Amino acid sequence: MYQYNDFDSAFLAERNRQFRAQVGRRIDGSLTEDEFRPLRLMNGLYLQLHAYMLRVAIPYGTLSSAQMDKLALLAEKWDKGYGHFTTRQNIQYNWPKLNDVPDMLDALAEVNLHAIQTSGNTIRNVTADHFAGASADEVADPRPVAELIRQWSTDHPEFQALPRKFKIAVSGARDNDRAVIMAHDIGLYIVENDAGEVGYQLVVGGGLGRTPMIGKVLKDFIRQDDLLAYLEATVSVWNLLGRRDNKYKARIKITVHEHGIEEIRRRVEDRFALIRPTFGGFDVALLKEIEAFFANPEFTSAPVDAYTAAYDADPLFRSWADANLSAHKNDDYAIVTISLKKHGETPGDASAAQMRAMAELARQYGHDELRISHEQNVILPHVHKSHLPAIYAALKEQDLHTANIGLISDIIACPGMDYCALATARSIPVAQQIATRFDELKLEHDIGHLQIKISGCINACGHHHVGHIGILGLDRAGVENYQITLGGDATNTAAIGQRVGPGFAYDEIVPAIERTVRGYLDLREDENETFIETFNRVGLAPFKAYIYPEAQANAA
Amino acid sequence: MARAFTPKVVTANHLLEGDVIYMTASGDWTRELRDAELLTDEADADLRLLEAQQQTAVTVGAYLADAKSGPDGRPEPTHFREEFRRTGPSNYFHGKQAEA
Ligand code: HEM
Ligand code: SF4
Repeated sequence: MYQYNDFDSAFLAERNRQFRAQVGRRIDGSLTEDEFRPLRLMNGLYLQLHAYMLRVAIPYGTLSSAQMDKLALLAEKWDKGYGHFTTRQNIQYNWPKLNDVPDMLDALAEVNLHAIQTSGNTIRNVTADHFAGASADEVADPRPVAELIRQWSTDHPEFQALPRKFKIAVSGARDNDRAVIMAHDIGLYIVENDAGEVGYQLVVGGGLGRTPMIGKVLKDFIRQDDLLAYLEATVSVWNLLGRRDNKYKARIKITVHEHGIEEIRRRVEDRFALIRPTFGGFDVALLKEIEAFFANPEFTSAPVDAYTAAYDADPLFRSWADANLSAHKNDDYAIVTISLKKHGETPGDASAAQMRAMAELARQYGHDELRISHEQNVILPHVHKSHLPAIYAALKEQDLHTANIGLISDIIACPGMDYCALATARSIPVAQQIATRFDELKLEHDIGHLQIKISGCINACGHHHVGHIGILGLDRAGVENYQITLGGDATNTAAIGQRVGPGFAYDEIVPAIERTVRGYLDLREDENETFIETFNRVGLAPFKAYIYPEAQANAA
Repeated sequence: MARAFTPKVVTANHLLEGDVIYMTASGDWTRELRDAELLTDEADADLRLLEAQQQTAVTVGAYLADAKSGPDGRPEPTHFREEFRRTGPSNYFHGKQAEA
């Protein structure tokens, strides 16, 4: 893992000192709220419905055990004993007091964590494939380049007052995108060209929110030594061209849409030609330095009999292994996804005790590494298979052994009206009820791979547009109302879901989802055809008949 | 045509705690919506809001929220957002519901 050098540590300490002084000045009245607000946002501090909310970055989703322990400490000492992991690989604390925030930030700095640029019109926390460095399907580990981008973008003087927020994600697996690359302002795929050189494909102008867009390829292959200059050129072009008259039209997706990808490309190339000479190779040297921090752990080779024995003997362990393990590039290893989606619980929440337990598992069995996925789960990326039964037993003690990864109850949900000041409806209870309902029906494993994503307003923090089933909570004349979209796809075959029709009231939405899923079970060719495959084959119309049976009856 | 004025309460978040507060008839702050002053006159409401906004050492983001008079004559929310603000989240027994 990346370790801070003296410069990084001094930089962070100075930022925290400044913010402590700013908080002091706000409290003693020398700063107004209008003056203080942008300062607190720059440090990840929001004011939500019931309290302040502190958003802490988990760069490219990677944590050490010590860092996870520190997150647990914050939850316990300054919050209500839990934290919420988000779709942008952040953790959010929902109940801090203004006075305590500087102490929280200092505690985070002890383990190289911070909240810088987790909000505001800046380049945000860079996200990455949560299986980085572990999966067999990647060209290269995306985290070194994500770290390079973090260092380049943090406090970048040209990019502190962008037209709007700017989100970058990186994946090393072009054909197996787990990082929603196509829905980012800039998405990078690490690719190999015909000559076998490693470089980057750059996708621009994706985004969700009020105007969802799938990203477009800006350049197919960028050489490693050109990357930072190319990124800088792209953000720079948007910084000048992006609309500041209307915040709903300010994101780069709108700029690309209004000017066309050709014109953006032309401008970026011009700018690139201008600034490329100023990048004299320090970036390549730095990347090399960073790469050394991300070397693979020493994989042990030992028999995996303990695993196969447990797999054959224990049906509960088998069911968990089938759902929650993914292929590791080393055959004796597995990638373990720990579900934060126990049926009926809040998606993405973990208690301090659970965080500590996961940190301990990583320390004991996982080469000291944890990951946070945009799907709001926790990953142990490098686990020798012989340890899996012990890990399962330990997870069970903490109620972390739910076997549902990729299944219908593995739902992404934003905080919604339960916490968020911008929400138009709740999303958490809808997720809780759907998970509980399908658990009762015992249909989950039969249904198979199905992603439900729920947002509590049009901002789409819950990624509803790219859910196989998306749910958007709205306020219709003072009551909660939920719109369903179908056919969204968050992978490299990204697609925006299509709206099925009129929305549903709070107490009607779960039955409507049940009808949708029962429709799928009827419509699928066989149990090997997943929900999204069925949808792509038959389209929206047959599903509508299930979702709106009365309309169908009336028409008959 | 001007819309008819509907009753309001002055509400904000507390600067230090961040929690929801309401203005009382005496111009103090309370954590309980039921103890807030229900403002039925528009000019009055605007004046009270200005007072609240000037108290920058206490309030953040003061605004007028719709409310109605409940059976006991005390203010009640008319919109579910204000219902959540006076209660707390629905996924945990946290916030105001746990403090009462
Ligand atoms: C609770 C406080 C939050 C606030 C005030 C907030 C605010 C916003 C706003 C205003 C947008 C639309 C921005 C635009 O299109 O320009 C947005 C989008 C988004 N936010 Fe949040 N958000 C919050 C929580 C979250 C959480 C908890 C997550 C992750 C679970 C998240 C992840 C995202 C994502 C993924 C998008 C849409 C993708 C895109 O940027 O196009 N946000 N948020
Ligand atoms: S989608 Fe809306 S309700 Fe949900 S967290 Fe984002 S801004 Fe809040």
